[in-house]
Amino acid sequence: MKSLQELKAIYERMHPMMAVRGGGQDSTNTYERHVLVCGGTGCISSGCQKIVDAMHEELKKHGKDEKVQIIKTGCFGLCALGPIVIVYPEESFYSMVTPECVGKIVEGHLVGGNPVKELLYEETVKGDEITSLSETGFYKKQMRVSLRNCGVIDPENIEEYIAYEGYAALGKVLTELKPPDVIQIIKDSGIRGRGGGGFPTGIKWGFAAMVESDQKYIACNADEGDPGAFMDRSILEGDPHSVLEAMAIAGYAIGANRGFIYVRAEYPIAIDRLIIAINQAREYGVLGTNIFGTGFDFDVELRLGAGAFVCGEETALIASIEGFRGEPRPRPPFPAVKGLFGKPTVLNNVETYANIPQIILKGGEWFKSFGTEKSAGTKVFALGGKIKNIGLVEVPMGITLREIIEEIGGGIPDGKQFKAAQTGGPSGGCIPMSLIDTKIDYDNLLEIGSMMGSGGLIVMDEDNCMVDIAKFFLEFTVEESCGKCTPCRVGTQRLYEMLERISEGKGCLEDIEKMKELSAFIKENSLCGLGQTAPNPVLSTLMYFEDEYKAHILDKKCPAAVCEKLLSIVVVPEKCKGCTLCKRVCPVDCIIGETKEIHVIEQDKCIKCGACIDKCPFKAIIKQ
Amino acid sequence: MSMVNLKINNMDVQVPAGTTILEAASSLNLKIPTLCYLKDINAIGACRICVVEIKGVKNLAASCVYPVAEGMEISINSERVLKSRKTNLELVLSTHNRRCLSCVRSGECELQELCKDYGIENETVFAGHNFEEIYDESAKHMVRDNSRCIVCRRCVAVCSKNQAVSVIGANERGFKTHIGCAFGAGLGEVECIGCGQCINVCPVGAIYEKDETDKVWAALHNPTKHVVVQTAPSIRTALGEEFGMPIGTNVQGKMAAALRRIGFKHIFDTDVAADFTIMEEASEFIERFTAGGTLPLITSCSPGWVEYCERFYPEFIPNLSSCKSPQQMLGALIKTYYAKQKGIDPKDIYMVTVMPCTAKKYEVARTEGNAVEGIFDCDVSITTREFARMIKRAGIDFVNLPEESFDNPFGESSGAGDIFGRSGGVMEAALRTASEWISGKPLEKLEFEEIRGIKGIKEATYKVGDHEVKVAVVAGLANASQVLEDIKAGKRDYHFIEIMGCLGGCVNGGGQPIQTARTRAMVDVPGLRASVLNNQDKVKKLRLSHESPIVKQVYADYLGEPGKGKAHDILHTHYTKKERF
Repeated sequence: MKSLQELKAIYERMHPMMAVRGGGQDSTNTYERHVLVCGGTGCISSGCQKIVDAMHEELKKHGKDEKVQIIKTGCFGLCALGPIVIVYPEESFYSMVTPECVGKIVEGHLVGGNPVKELLYEETVKGDEITSLSETGFYKKQMRVSLRNCGVIDPENIEEYIAYEGYAALGKVLTELKPPDVIQIIKDSGIRGRGGGGFPTGIKWGFAAMVESDQKYIACNADEGDPGAFMDRSILEGDPHSVLEAMAIAGYAIGANRGFIYVRAEYPIAIDRLIIAINQAREYGVLGTNIFGTGFDFDVELRLGAGAFVCGEETALIASIEGFRGEPRPRPPFPAVKGLFGKPTVLNNVETYANIPQIILKGGEWFKSFGTEKSAGTKVFALGGKIKNIGLVEVPMGITLREIIEEIGGGIPDGKQFKAAQTGGPSGGCIPMSLIDTKIDYDNLLEIGSMMGSGGLIVMDEDNCMVDIAKFFLEFTVEESCGKCTPCRVGTQRLYEMLERISEGKGCLEDIEKMKELSAFIKENSLCGLGQTAPNPVLSTLMYFEDEYKAHILDKKCPAAVCEKLLSIVVVPEKCKGCTLCKRVCPVDCIIGETKEIHVIEQDKCIKCGACIDKCPFKAIIKQ
Repeated sequence: MSMVNLKINNMDVQVPAGTTILEAASSLNLKIPTLCYLKDINAIGACRICVVEIKGVKNLAASCVYPVAEGMEISINSERVLKSRKTNLELVLSTHNRRCLSCVRSGECELQELCKDYGIENETVFAGHNFEEIYDESAKHMVRDNSRCIVCRRCVAVCSKNQAVSVIGANERGFKTHIGCAFGAGLGEVECIGCGQCINVCPVGAIYEKDETDKVWAALHNPTKHVVVQTAPSIRTALGEEFGMPIGTNVQGKMAAALRRIGFKHIFDTDVAADFTIMEEASEFIERFTAGGTLPLITSCSPGWVEYCERFYPEFIPNLSSCKSPQQMLGALIKTYYAKQKGIDPKDIYMVTVMPCTAKKYEVARTEGNAVEGIFDCDVSITTREFARMIKRAGIDFVNLPEESFDNPFGESSGAGDIFGRSGGVMEAALRTASEWISGKPLEKLEFEEIRGIKGIKEATYKVGDHEVKVAVVAGLANASQVLEDIKAGKRDYHFIEIMGCLGGCVNGGGQPIQTARTRAMVDVPGLRASVLNNQDKVKKLRLSHESPIVKQVYADYLGEPGKGKAHDILHTHYTKKERF
C-alpha cells in the first residue's frame, strides 16, 4: 500500500464479508457461515488444531468447504471452556468441543442449519431458546476495547484487521494530525499505563516528545510476568496488528522511527503471530519507509526475553534489550529522557497500545466516557483461582469486584464461601469480603492496600489459608528479585522466613510487628517497583486477616487446614468402615487397624500427603 | 553552568545542576554513608545505605544517584532515614560472615565502620538461611570469599569499566545472587589478569591477596637461606598509610630501617633495576626505531598488562618489549652477578620482592624465561599490605623509625628509576636516555610534562635528534583496549607506548594500601603518591639511568652491551598467547 486509498480499498473489499460475524449477511455472498475456532494458547494446548482439521474434512465430505470459512482466532477469554468454536451468523457458542463432536456440528449446523443443542454451552440453551455468545453472563457485562478483535479476526491475516478499521488510525494520524495533536488526544483520553504503574500514557509521550535527540525509540513491554495474567499474550495472539499500529502512532507522536517489542520466549504462539504480522505489515507498507506516502518511517523488531519477572520493570527491560543482565537502574533519568541505548524511549505495555488505535479513531472523550474519573476506559482482568469462569474479561473501570466475581465469573464453585480476591499479581494485595463492593480503579485499589498491576485477579475461598497465600506470593518475588538492592534481595527473604516460621507454628506475636516494620522498610527502600510492592501480600493479609495469623501463632492451628506443619490427618471413627483401602495407599505405612476395625493414623509418621483422603470411599478421613 | 538551590537538613546549598544529593551534602561537609558507591566507577544505587528523605517523595531516595533539583528539601538523617539504614545494615549482616576477628580487613572494613556508627547491638536480628559459602582460591594471587561479600558490585564495576576484563559479575538471581565468574568457574580458570583492582575497591574482606608472608618468615627463620629483599618504587609512596601517615608521605628511609629490623640480609631498591630496564628498553627502542623493527614498542613492566596482552590482544605480542620487568631484572642480577660477587650459591639466595601489585605474585612464577639456568629470578612477591602486616607482626614502631638507606650494590638509583612507579614514568625515563643516546647531546629539560599526570591516555610527539617520536602513555586496561583497538583501526599511530595495568600506574596498584570509597572520592590518591616519586626525582643529582655508576659498573664488569649476549640472556624474556575462558 502506498496510500490511504489503497487501505480504503482493502477495507471496502473485506468489510462486507465480515457482516456475517456481526450476525448479518455477506453481501458478496462469499461465505454462508464463518466458523471461529479459538486459537489461543489454552485452546491450542487442548487440541483446537484437530478440530479445525476435522472440520475441513467433514465440510469437504458434504461439499460445503467452499461456503464455510474456518479461521483460527485469538482467545475468546473463556479459557475454562475450551476448545471453543463459534458459528456465525448465529453466534452459536460450542464449548469443550472435541474432534468427535465436529461431525455433528458440521452435519447439524453448518450443513443442516440448526445449531446442535447438546453441544452448545449450557448457559446459551434455555429450553427451545438458544442465546448467543454475547448474551451469556460472562460476556454481557464486558466491554471489549483492547480485546475488540480477539476471537473476532484471523490474527494471521492483515486484511481481516483492516476490515475492522485496522491501520485507519495510523492513516488518520499521519495525514490529518500533527504529533502534538496525537499526544493531546492520548492525554484527553486519560488512559493510564496498563502494565501496572498506571502512569498517564499521554504525559509519558509528551515527555519523550519534548526531549531533543537524534534518535528515539518506541518499546513495547510484552514481558508479561504476573503468574496467571495472560491478557498481553492474548492480545498478541489475537490482534498483533493493533500493537504494531499503536507503536507506529507513538513513533509519529514522539519522533521515533524504530520500535522494539520485548516478548518473553515462553510465548511461542504470540511470537509466531507477531513475526507474521510484522512481515505482513512490511509487505503492505504500514511498517517500513514512507508509510502511506507521508514520508514517515517506522519499523519494529522483536527481542525475546528469557522469562525473568523483573524484566517487566522498564529499566530492567531496557537493560535486557541492550544485552545486559536484566536489572533495573535508578530513576531519574526516566526512559522518556534516557532509555534504550541512552536515547529517549516510550515504553508501554501491550494492553495500553491495543487501546490506542480506537482512541485515535473515536477520540479521547469517547474513551473517557467510560471508567471512573481518574481511571478512564476499560481494563482486562485474568480471572483465576476459585471461580467458575476462569478466563479473560475486559470491563469498564469502576465495576465492582462483586460484579466481576459473581456475575461475570459465575461465582465460586462447589458452594464455597468467598474469602478474598487478590489483584495485581504477586505484588498485589488481598481484598476481603467486606470490600467486595469496592469500585475497581487504580486509586481505589491502592487505597485498600492492593493494586491494579497488570490485572491478575485470583479468587480465594474458605479453603485458602491467608498466611499460606502471603507466603506463596512472597516466595515468587523472593525468587524473582534481581538481587541488586539489599532491601529486596535480603529483606524479602527474611520476611519470607518469618512467614514460614508462622506457618510452621513457630512464630510469636512480636513477629507480626516485626513483619510490618520490615515490609515498610522494603517498600520504602527498594530500588524498583518489584521490591517496592513485594511486601503487599503480607501487609494486606496482616491488615485484613490478622486473626488467621494469630491462630497460627497462638493456637498453633491453621483454620483453613492448609499449613502442613499445623494440620493433622485423622480418621473420623464414626465413618470408618475398616476397609483398609487407606492403609494400602499410604506411602509410609502409618495407618494401623485390621480389616473391619476402625483405622488410626499414627501422627508422628504421617507425611500429610493426603493420599488416604482421596482414597477413602466413605469420606472418613479429614484434615484438621 | 546552571546552578540549583536546595536545602539539606534545612541548610541552604547551591550546587551545579546534575550534582547528586550525595555530592551536594558533601559540599556542606555532611557525610552520607555509602557501600556500593565508588566515585567514577560504581553509581548504581544498589546497597541503599545512602538513602535520604526528599520532601514530597514517597519513598526514600538513594543519594548517590539521585540528582538535585531546584527547591528540593532533603533530610539526610531523619528518624525514618536513620532507622532504615540500621535495618539495612542488620539485613546485610544477616548474610555476612561475621567472623571479623579473623578477617584481613578487620579495622579497615567499611561495613564494620558503619555498624559502629549506627549502633548495631545485635548482629543476628535477621538471622536466617544462607547459601553455601563460596571460597575461591584457584587464582595464584588472590582469594574470593563470598561469605563476606555484600554484593555491592564495586569489584564487578572496576573489573569491567576500568580494566575491560569483566571476569566477574552477578550470578543467579534474588537471594541467591552472588558475585562470581561465568558458570561458577574459579578466578584461576578464567582470563583474570591479576591486577587486584577488585581488592582495592572491596569495602569488606571478600577479596584479598593470597598472604605469602609466612613464606617470607620461614625463609628468614631458615639459617641456610641468604634472604634479600627489593622494594618497588611505589612502596615508599604508600606504605606510611598503613601506619596512619598522610597519603603522599615518602617513607623510603623508614622502610629500609623496617626491612633491616625484620632481618633481611640485604635490602635493595627495585628503582636501581628500573635503571637497568631503561638501558635495555631504550636500546631495544632505538634498535627497532632505526632498524625498522616492530613498532610501536610497548612496555612490559606491568605484569597485569602483559597477561592482558597475552590473553586479549595476542596480536600485539610482537610489539611487547622483551625486557623483563625491573622486579625480574633485579632478581636475575642478584642470582647471577651478585651471587658471583659474594661467592654464594644462587640456590641459597631467597629473593623477596615487595610490590604494589598482586600480578607480580604470578610474574615471579611465570615459566616464560623468568629464571636463569633453572633458578627462578625471584622467590616470592608480597604486596605493600602484606609487608605492612610483617612490620606490625615484627613489633616495629614504624612511624618513629630512623631514616636508613638501602644496601649496595643495588641501593642507589637515578631519578629516572624512581619515577617508574607512576604512569608515564617508564616512558619519561626511557625518553631521557634514548634522546641523549640518539642526539648525543644532554637534554636541556628532563621533565616530559605532556605525559605526566593521572589521565588514562596521554600522548605526545617529541623531537629526538632529527626524528619525531610519537609516544603514548596509557594506564588502566580499558584505556589500553581503546588505544589498541584504535591502532588496529588505523585511528592512532605511535612509535612507543607505555602501558600500565592500573590507572595512575603502580602507585595505584592492586597491592597498595586500601583507601575507603570516601577517601577516594575526596582525595586524588594516585596523584599524591605519584608526587612522592616526582619530588624524589627532582631533588636528585643523578636523574638519568645511563649515568648511574652501578649500571655502568655492572655492564662493564659483567653484562657487556645492552640487549646483547649476557645482558640479553639474563635480562630479557618472551611471551605466549594464552587462551581465554
